[in-house]
Amino acid sequence: MTTSVSTGTPKRSAGQASLAPAHRRPKGWLWRWCKEVGWKHLFALVFIVYCILPLLYVLSASVNPRGTLTGSNQLFQSVTGEHYSRLMQTGFPRWMAHSLYVSTATAVGTVLMAAAAAYAFSRFRFKGRRGGLTFLLIIQMFPQMLAFVAIFLLLLSLKDVFPQIGLGQHLGLIAVYLGGALGANTFLMYGFFNTIPKEIDEAAKIDGASHAQIFWGIIMRLVSPILAVVGLLSFVGTYGEFILARVVLQHQDQYTLAVGLYVWASDERNAPWSLFAAGAVLAAIPVILLFMFLQKYIVSGLTAGGVKG
Amino acid sequence: MNKQASVETPPLSHARDLTRPGFYVKLVLMALVNAFGLYGIFASWAQEQWGILGFLVVTLIIADYVYFSKRAIPAKYLFPGLVFLAVYQLYVMGMTGWVAFTNYGDGHNDTKKAAITQILATSEVEGDVSYPLTVVERDGELGFAVVQDGQPLFGTADEPLAPLDGATVDGDKVTAVDGATVLQLNDIVQRQDAVLQLRVPMSDEPEDGSLRTRNGSTATQSLPALHYDEAADTLTNTEGVVYKADDKVGNYVAENGDVLKPGWRVGVGLDNFKYLFTDSRVSGYFLGSLGWTFAFAILSVLTTFALGLVLAVIFNDPRVKGRVVYRALFILPYAFPGFLAALVWKGMLNRQFGFINQTLLGGAEIGWLTDGNLAKLSILMVNLWLGFPYMFLICTGALQAIPAELTEAGIMDGAGPIKRFFNVTLPMLMVSVAPLLIASFAFNFNNFSLIYMLTGGGPNYPGAPFTVGETDILISMVYAISFESQKQYGLASALSILIFVVVGIISWLGFRQTRKLEEIM
Repeated sequence: MTTSVSTGTPKRSAGQASLAPAHRRPKGWLWRWCKEVGWKHLFALVFIVYCILPLLYVLSASVNPRGTLTGSNQLFQSVTGEHYSRLMQTGFPRWMAHSLYVSTATAVGTVLMAAAAAYAFSRFRFKGRRGGLTFLLIIQMFPQMLAFVAIFLLLLSLKDVFPQIGLGQHLGLIAVYLGGALGANTFLMYGFFNTIPKEIDEAAKIDGASHAQIFWGIIMRLVSPILAVVGLLSFVGTYGEFILARVVLQHQDQYTLAVGLYVWASDERNAPWSLFAAGAVLAAIPVILLFMFLQKYIVSGLTAGGVKG
Repeated sequence: MNKQASVETPPLSHARDLTRPGFYVKLVLMALVNAFGLYGIFASWAQEQWGILGFLVVTLIIADYVYFSKRAIPAKYLFPGLVFLAVYQLYVMGMTGWVAFTNYGDGHNDTKKAAITQILATSEVEGDVSYPLTVVERDGELGFAVVQDGQPLFGTADEPLAPLDGATVDGDKVTAVDGATVLQLNDIVQRQDAVLQLRVPMSDEPEDGSLRTRNGSTATQSLPALHYDEAADTLTNTEGVVYKADDKVGNYVAENGDVLKPGWRVGVGLDNFKYLFTDSRVSGYFLGSLGWTFAFAILSVLTTFALGLVLAVIFNDPRVKGRVVYRALFILPYAFPGFLAALVWKGMLNRQFGFINQTLLGGAEIGWLTDGNLAKLSILMVNLWLGFPYMFLICTGALQAIPAELTEAGIMDGAGPIKRFFNVTLPMLMVSVAPLLIASFAFNFNNFSLIYMLTGGGPNYPGAPFTVGETDILISMVYAISFESQKQYGLASALSILIFVVVGIISWLGFRQTRKLEEIM
């Protein structure tokens, strides 16, 4: 299997097939194989080039000793780690820390609030429950970022009362992100919570457990897979979120990665292109790792509609 | 583990049982919430932010009720999320709706009261009085000392001019003051900002104007150029021109049409919407952008779906060895953060130095991002790169969920592969994929970061009343109107409302689709 992958050309696979003479091949099988399967490998090769060329390009630019856009055009001509070490003297480490801080805080807050809400909707029968669910369903259709002008104006006036969560503060940005937590994730969780049999909490109730104990001690443990998925999706989404971060964070010292790297890359004249490339490589690593992990959930449709930002 | 007791009495929440840590955790958390809320109430009181004050009072009372009452158990779990939802989603949506019907923006940023203060403070004319000036610092405060009719006078920003004792006068200038420092030229240069900004009132009457200096050695009198008549709500300037408050446009306007700036926020009804649709200077750009937004979103969905589907069908063939590795490589563009991909492509598509032109096309100077039509093509191509892996993933998943018997039945009925694909596989696939396509459309409709990072909406139309370019989609136009060039929050919000409507319709269609699908399945 791996040999045919590494080359993907019909020739090699044909040679490999001839190692198994037990099966007698009908006449013209090679031609047929090429027609039915072989071309698919060629096709795959073409698309792999299309997929990874930009990634190779940015990797190459990040280790290219000539720091400019022009100098980056010959892939892997020579290799240096200088841009990575220079990166550490710029604002980049701070931006990275901000991104991780904001994304982690948002992910944790989102998971807690959405799980609590899903628990309430799934386990209690109260007045307005159906209405509440319908309301959330409607709300989740409207992405919060559409109202970014009003968010800007709101944080502008909040700045006078609560400077810590006003314009230009990470806490303010986190609070804004948390505003979108219920709408987007409650339903995902609600469905999963419903799959946990109610008998479990009833048994616990008879044993004298309070609602809080059932929530923290039993339900939250049983639903931990969905908590992980929602948390990671929220993390990745926040990590790459641009428009709200751009609107809220106004000073270079406060930027997150998305805003900071945008500013670097959009500086046409004297763009620190290699610095940007090195930063992009480092910034992409956590997300790529998370996505490789999340891939199976995306295929299984658990995250139906979760288009990545 | 006192099971016995709790079976007989209704279970006590541990957050209510004084012997358990849960109670103290709750107490500390609620103390923090109350401290935060009370702080906010006092702060908003001081700032006269009555809206925030009212909201905080109500929220705090509800919070205390919810968490200290025995009832309202579901509310204990819903409350935190609902508060954030109410402030950062519902309120801002409502506020968008409100701002859309006002002229909020540059020149109309605040209330009428603030506008009057600002107008009076910034309008000054030079009076005909001038004195040789001595800048004096007394008790850490800067002031002006002048000589009027042989009498030394002194005043600061807060104290009007008053006779000064203990001053040494040399001719028409004060040279020394007891218990205070006279600033020499060097000192004045060092503190020139403070000195130049200082206004010393001539008397208690604002009409008398104030003293200021432009060079540190001469003080001149500044008179307010406008007189505010509170009863008539008019401002009159020194030449007798009367500016009347016009609450329709939010400005003081003279009869000859002169306008005093700044103005204040007023409701303008549907003007923002009318402006977008009917004003010939704007409607062309707006409708062009609207059309491009739809074209971009539809074409993005179609191209990514088509490519993803083709790849999924081709590689859903067990005879192709190494599919797992291919799949992992195909998904890479999806795993790479979208904003970074857009920026990398921006560099690669650069006209003079980019990789595409320089290396792949041997030095061609094709304006991938600077020519309007090519820029649109580039955006679609980059979005194809970004989006097809997602479609590939979901199509693969959906294909694998289609029972093999259906294909076999097709073969038995003598349908060829193409007929089988279009009559069996595709309809089955669409059942599960259609809602995702609609979601993808809605996402691309507002794909701000791709457009903003790749082209910034450019190439810009020359001569447009605000910064707008050929590749601007609606949401990037909202951004341009509200934060680039002149800030027009009202107009931007009106545009946001239109996006809300479109997104609402799309989501509703998607929602109906899913419900229909549930009936099918």
